[in-house]
Amino acid sequence: MSVIAEAAKKAQGAVQAVMKTAIANAPDGWIPGGVPDPLIRAKHGLVGTPVSRIDGPLKVKGAARFAAEFPLDGMVYAALAHATIPLGRIATLDTSAAEAVPGVVLVMTYKNAPKMAPPPLFMSNPKAVSGDNLPIFQDADIHWNGQPYAVALAETQEAADHATTLIEVTYDELPARTRFAEAKTNTYPGTFQGEPLLVEIGDAEAALAAAPHKVDVTYTTPRHNHNPIELHAATVRWNGDDLIVHDATQAVTHTAWSLAQIFGLKEEQVHVTSPYVGGGFGSKTLWQHQTLAAAASKVSGRPVRIVLSREGVFRGVGGRTLTEQRVAIGAQADGAFDAIVHTGTIGMTSHNNLPEPFIVATKTAYAAKTFHLDVEVAEMDMVANTFMRAPGEAVGTFALECAVDELAHDMGIDPIALRERNEPEQDPTAGTPFSSRNIVAAYRAGAERFGWDKRQAPGTRREGEWLIGMGCATGTYPYYRMPGGAARLTLTRDARVTVAIAAHEMGMGTSTAHSAVVADRFGLPLDAVTFDYADSKLPGVVLAGGSQQTASIGAAVIAAHRALVTELLKLAGNDSPLAGLKADEVAGYDGGLCKLDEPGRYESYASILGRANRDEVTVEAEAPPPLETQHWSMHSYSAIFVEAAVNAITGETRIRRVLGSFDCGTILNPKTASSQFRGGMIMGLGMALMEEAQFDERSGRIVNPSLAEYHVPVHMDVPAIDIIWTDIPDPHAPMGAHGVGEIGITGVAAAIANAVFNATGKRVRDLPITLDKLL
Amino acid sequence: MHFTINGRGVDADFDLRTSLLDLLRDHLGLTGSKKGCNQGACGACTVLVDGERINACLALAVQYDGRSITTVEGLADATGLSPLQAAFVEHDGFQCGYCTPGQLCSAMGMIDEVRRGVPSVVAADMADGDIVLDHDELRERMSGNLCRCGAYNGIVNAIADTFAAETHSKEPA
Repeated sequence: MSVIAEAAKKAQGAVQAVMKTAIANAPDGWIPGGVPDPLIRAKHGLVGTPVSRIDGPLKVKGAARFAAEFPLDGMVYAALAHATIPLGRIATLDTSAAEAVPGVVLVMTYKNAPKMAPPPLFMSNPKAVSGDNLPIFQDADIHWNGQPYAVALAETQEAADHATTLIEVTYDELPARTRFAEAKTNTYPGTFQGEPLLVEIGDAEAALAAAPHKVDVTYTTPRHNHNPIELHAATVRWNGDDLIVHDATQAVTHTAWSLAQIFGLKEEQVHVTSPYVGGGFGSKTLWQHQTLAAAASKVSGRPVRIVLSREGVFRGVGGRTLTEQRVAIGAQADGAFDAIVHTGTIGMTSHNNLPEPFIVATKTAYAAKTFHLDVEVAEMDMVANTFMRAPGEAVGTFALECAVDELAHDMGIDPIALRERNEPEQDPTAGTPFSSRNIVAAYRAGAERFGWDKRQAPGTRREGEWLIGMGCATGTYPYYRMPGGAARLTLTRDARVTVAIAAHEMGMGTSTAHSAVVADRFGLPLDAVTFDYADSKLPGVVLAGGSQQTASIGAAVIAAHRALVTELLKLAGNDSPLAGLKADEVAGYDGGLCKLDEPGRYESYASILGRANRDEVTVEAEAPPPLETQHWSMHSYSAIFVEAAVNAITGETRIRRVLGSFDCGTILNPKTASSQFRGGMIMGLGMALMEEAQFDERSGRIVNPSLAEYHVPVHMDVPAIDIIWTDIPDPHAPMGAHGVGEIGITGVAAAIANAVFNATGKRVRDLPITLDKLL
Repeated sequence: MHFTINGRGVDADFDLRTSLLDLLRDHLGLTGSKKGCNQGACGACTVLVDGERINACLALAVQYDGRSITTVEGLADATGLSPLQAAFVEHDGFQCGYCTPGQLCSAMGMIDEVRRGVPSVVAADMADGDIVLDHDELRERMSGNLCRCGAYNGIVNAIADTFAAETHSKEPA
């Protein structure tokens, strides 16, 4: 970095710091959410009642159309060939046999691919969404074992698959960094969301050394893959110079912008739709396959469908990286923490930037006199690692919450009591007030319902061959809201409203929950609301990630609704019972507007629009910048309880009971939110007991790239999971609600590891907890 | 080659390497059956052949010449939902909906196996034809169908609710 660039960066940092302080100290009323969303006060609407999914009937009939299910005239099928070395160059490449396969239309490699700009790396721009920034098919370089180097297009999938097996390739291999032990001898500090992953408050090492009670232990977690059941897929075609992509994505607008950068197009020349996504969990962003399909379609002149094989997903789409974490806690005899140290190293490539931020949860978890939190990056040559459900928190809470359990056990204190003893009054590292934090209440409700008081000393409860234990842990995930949310609302004279926003549905129940929210805002029934989404032509830059989509849609709809009501009051004029009222003084009620504290002053939408001689009113508005997250410390919380049984002879672990007690603000739709909580917890169960992408450190190749060998929880692994919640609204969040896609996975692996310890007396600090580690 | 698919006769001509799943999805436009792994590990492609559940991705289409195949599109008539489909909606037995067609077809085949007295590894006595379709039996018999969204509780409740009679009655072998 040049001196000038460094100075500019420092100056920018100084400006950011001043802004941050100003936002933290600003009056509440200046901040979005400073005046609570009026919907929080409403008690009799659809919000908070269990509503079945609007798209449920379509899905159970198999009629919901996914990315690979758009038929196009003249369409050809794509298949990829993947490199088998971790680093080097293609020396020789012969595609003649592949091209000779009957039905093959094109074999594309770096030799005949069109010129394309490198894909914009996630977070390098607000709309950048690529997993890495390596040039695609522009040179002979191989950067990871599994990198695609050829695409075959054919009239049938069978012919395309066969063709890829006939490509002759040789390599000039270079020494690669594939061993973590070697890579971590040369690390640098990680940065996340523009800030270093480093917190130093006081002298934590000295406080730790001086503390009368302490734990100081190392935990390790392996690579994980998202493995949504829908394979990554896209169906693409060119209409002249315009590109149309039916994608499976968590980011339609971002994908359109990013593809436009790659192909040198204007943003509006790329149209991306993704009405149904078969699970994403962080993986359904922009990887090479969409670009390759578009490039091959351009070269061949044919529409292209690309569906990655399951192995292809492991090879070409990154997962969660491995971590090695030290957690040390120093405490006084009464349990008060003097020091929290949470440091360690993760593996990352030089062409992506997600240093798995495992310290994020620790920044707000407990009060302590001193902190030292640090994530170091060890560069490796592998597929770019990426965001996977609760990036940072999922693995970070495993280490932190096991360490708290270890300390509680050593000190002879109940682990819940130790947590309560260190409950912070304000954000312990940022210093900002909590917007809403009811973790103690969540623990008490969960402990009572679960029967925590029946927990026995480690290794003392046995039923036949089975050792039984209970464990608990705290889960947490931040409330995020990203800039760029916008929505269009259209109200028609027959009292129907259409919401248009470029949001996503990959199973969260987005359209159902937000249709209910909009119905409540307007005072209309659910079936009067149409929710248009998942199309890059619609308003808003709305990532379905970071559990932020709910807040993003919520804030955008609040802004649009306010603009629409203002317009309606203007149209109502002086002849209306609403004459003279402002937008903040009225609410949607029974198919019209009424004065908030005087419901008798009312006029229906039909009447207002009829008198104004209007068929409809349409407004579009942007959400305000998300300053609330810098003014308050905003997070979701959970208390997870687990009863595990470990077979004393085989070491097999079975999970018998699980309870999740959540504090996530208002629950918009109890039916779909419960499913999200359970789904996250089940992924946490998988992380605890079975999930690992096994990486051959000699070759840098993932050796279990299939659902037969990468184990995820099946029906038999999952007991009935009990879910409760505080249902206390966050007064500073739209609808009082937080997104709940990621909180579920956090804390679960720790609760299971702690339950296994309580059952057996054995601490397993290396995930997954497989039976060999318990024998 | 000739198939009966969801009660209708279908003639098809295709590459002999084509799997039954690709025949359904790519050639016949029946995209309800899903591809999740293409190697029999996830169950998303489960269909019924003469009432028996199979992984369509592991089946070559040519093997099923002349057979009767039921996919998710054939579980109910065009207007409504079958009782099991309705129960999946009511119990929220899915999130993204991608594994759902396989779960539904698998459950239909599974219930038929129970009725026929086909034992499972959970049965206390494999020789005894009596099967009580309790929580463990049901989960064991559905374990070939993965759901990464983790809708397992809802799926099991939907099946148990729909087939309550089977849940507690014993069937002769």
